[in-house]
Amino acid sequence: MNVRLARSSIAVAAALMGAACAGAPTTPASAPSATGSADLAELEALYYARADSARMNVHQADVAFMQGMIGHHAQALVMSELAPERAGSQALRTLAARTINAQNDEIESMRSWLAERVQEVPEVRHDHASMRASMPGMLSPGQLRELEAARGLEFDRLFLTYMIQHHSGAVTMVHELFATDGAALDDTVFKIASDIQVDQTTEIDRMQLMLDALPARP
Amino acid sequence: MTMNTGAERRAPVSLRHALSLTALAVILSGCASGSAGPVSLSELAARNVPTPDPRVGLEAGLFDAGQTLWNMQLLSTTPPPREFIGATNSDLAFKGDYAIQGNYNGVIVWDISDPTRPSVAMSHVCPASQSDVSVYGDLLFVSGEGLGGRVDCGTQGVEQSVSPDRLRGIRIFDISDIRNPRYIHNVQTCRGSHTHTLLDDPDDDENVYIYVSGSSVVRPSEELPGCSSGSLDENPNSALFRIEVIRVPLAAPERASIVSSPRIFAGLVAPPQHGLAPEELAAVERARAEGAFILELPDNPQVMSDREANELLRRIVAGRGGTGSPMAQDSAFLRDLLAQEVEARLAAADEPRPGPTQCHDITVYPAIGFAGGACGGYGMLIDITDPVNPVRVDEVADENFSYWHSATFNNDGSKVLFTDEWGGGSQPKCRATDPYEWGANAIFTIENRRMRFHSYFKMPAPQTSAENCVAHNGSLIPVPGRDIMVQAWYQGGISIFDWTDPANAVEIAFQDRGPVEAQPRGRSMGGSWSVYWYNGVMVSSEIARGLDIFELTPSPMLTQNEIDAAKTARLDYLNAQGQPMFEWPASFAMARAYLDQLERSGGLSSSRIASVRAGLASAEQGTGAARRTALNGLAADVGGAVSGSADASKVRMLEAALRDLAGAE
Repeated sequence: MNVRLARSSIAVAAALMGAACAGAPTTPASAPSATGSADLAELEALYYARADSARMNVHQADVAFMQGMIGHHAQALVMSELAPERAGSQALRTLAARTINAQNDEIESMRSWLAERVQEVPEVRHDHASMRASMPGMLSPGQLRELEAARGLEFDRLFLTYMIQHHSGAVTMVHELFATDGAALDDTVFKIASDIQVDQTTEIDRMQLMLDALPARP
Repeated sequence: MTMNTGAERRAPVSLRHALSLTALAVILSGCASGSAGPVSLSELAARNVPTPDPRVGLEAGLFDAGQTLWNMQLLSTTPPPREFIGATNSDLAFKGDYAIQGNYNGVIVWDISDPTRPSVAMSHVCPASQSDVSVYGDLLFVSGEGLGGRVDCGTQGVEQSVSPDRLRGIRIFDISDIRNPRYIHNVQTCRGSHTHTLLDDPDDDENVYIYVSGSSVVRPSEELPGCSSGSLDENPNSALFRIEVIRVPLAAPERASIVSSPRIFAGLVAPPQHGLAPEELAAVERARAEGAFILELPDNPQVMSDREANELLRRIVAGRGGTGSPMAQDSAFLRDLLAQEVEARLAAADEPRPGPTQCHDITVYPAIGFAGGACGGYGMLIDITDPVNPVRVDEVADENFSYWHSATFNNDGSKVLFTDEWGGGSQPKCRATDPYEWGANAIFTIENRRMRFHSYFKMPAPQTSAENCVAHNGSLIPVPGRDIMVQAWYQGGISIFDWTDPANAVEIAFQDRGPVEAQPRGRSMGGSWSVYWYNGVMVSSEIARGLDIFELTPSPMLTQNEIDAAKTARLDYLNAQGQPMFEWPASFAMARAYLDQLERSGGLSSSRIASVRAGLASAEQGTGAARRTALNGLAADVGGAVSGSADASKVRMLEAALRDLAGAE
């Protein structure tokens, strides 16, 4: 935070002084290109036409995956938002903050993928009742209540245990998607599903290390 | 109890804060001219960087986006051929006058002999993501990972989840006639090839090796016999927790095959955090002096926050049935507990862990015998002197790193920089609200085969949520005497920074465009996938827009002599994950580059710099013995100034450069 404050004070100070001393950046009026502007307009039209036609070709398993994963991510947000008040360590608060940032962004990607294809976009609701407990790894209402009630190191232990369970479920969902005929041929779906698989597998490894490092209960 | 408290982890940030305040003071004092003695590079950059940052607020557009450049210029920007429009441009490789660009629809070969006017020498449609490319001699290697890639290069995809038509692995083309590539072979792998590394072993003239990095799901054994996943406890043959090594016989590349699947992660006992930076260690010492509770882990002491300590003390008090404030005995008890904890952790550290399931990138640097592996939650130093049996020699982790993505060594191999591709590259991780340490680079020195953390560097201009942005691929710029890197940040543009001082990387040039599409229409993937210095220019693969070629322009942070010297280091070919050791022929540019650097550092007096410059100009006019004598005289003169210089090693480099120049034809 301090860094950003300091940077903006530099910007303000420089603006006040007329910013005369800085080496001016260049802004090319038009990029040098061997391609004429009429050709570029045609290529741009082609770019958007192809994007539109890719959106017409939708596989139902991809839609179900994106819709389900939004709900799955939503529960990780609910869990992570408990951390600032309850966590016993800074490391866990850092982990939870990054989870909130990452999963919010992925939810946004999945929502816009669905919206562009005129598919139903699930609302991200934070009430527990709306979460489909049938998906792999989802916490039961009882587990969520238990997590909500925990504090300090006990919260850390439960959070790590349940988030490993939750992430493992997401990885299972990716495996199921890839085992479906015709699924994940869409570049965006393949990318999001692969990234979820890789990121969450890495996070599970990291959380297991954190869990192993928790002290014995005093 | 992972007891990294926020206070110590923020140490490098506080340092940056101090530097920014210095910069502020400079600006408020009215734009010092720079002639008043040596200033640090960061101060020099702060004086010169345009403010406000011109990268903020650029107009959106596919081929007409707003663009800004600082200390570099665009030589050309060329859209992809029609059949590749709308498909992602990925990584680059170089051979001779050609830049070979991967694309999710195939491969594009550009003739860049005139960098202001590149032309398509050949394009070959053969879909598969990511189509990362490498070259060696007459061979071209292309990665395939996506589910729609076909053995026959067809564009119809593969519908069935199990199919003999699917290609996931490495395709091999003969490009002896680069305009007519011949698809000669493929090697299928269990997880496909997200990226790959070409290793040219200095001790083996008959083969090259490919390390396959596959990060996707393991395919079923019905599709590729022998593939199975699962943990090693349950399945010793799991395709996870290993890399694949392909041997390519140069005389018969169609016989390329997997020769080993080393489990380089076995026995991993890395802590979840690398050792502390020097500033952080100093903070620990201060905390120790103030009597803080510290978990004394070797190389990584961790200070407990007051909150953590108070909670434990409260429990200890309660545990002895007491009430009220903790007493001396309780503090002693806690210190005892911490000592036990250290013992337990050290014992637990001997337990092998499964570690990551794969690597994303492995950058081989054959000249020093090491590779940098970016593998799941770890950065690894790998001994590659036996190419078929690479051995991990050190590993680091970092709680700020989400996903270790790639590695770049400095030229002498004393440092390594790892990137964190947090969010996988399609997410906007450079907004003003995203922490500086997340989705950034981490810089390490290598000492006795161990990596030691120093600092983070992240492209500093805040980007919009319409722009996918995170640390991605780049290369060294071979400026002798300095470590300078050019790096792609997707839609965060291109950033050039000096990391000679591993504790304080400084941005010295940049390029950026506005987003491909502005919100609220959506976020389209775009920006620079990768950018590499290749024989005097910087070539960037623009995901949506095609091929960009840039050159450096001089600035107080990088002079024309330094740029000219960088251009003397020539390569016959370059692969993204195969790092060449740059060598510079003797040149007047190199001697002048060192002089400029000594002027910047104050390592020689200005009068001596002036006299050596004059001597160089005069020697350059001379020929034969007269030139040799003049240059040797200058070398002797400079050699006499070594002792007493604040930058003695650079003075020695200048002396050697002068002697080499005297000895050159």
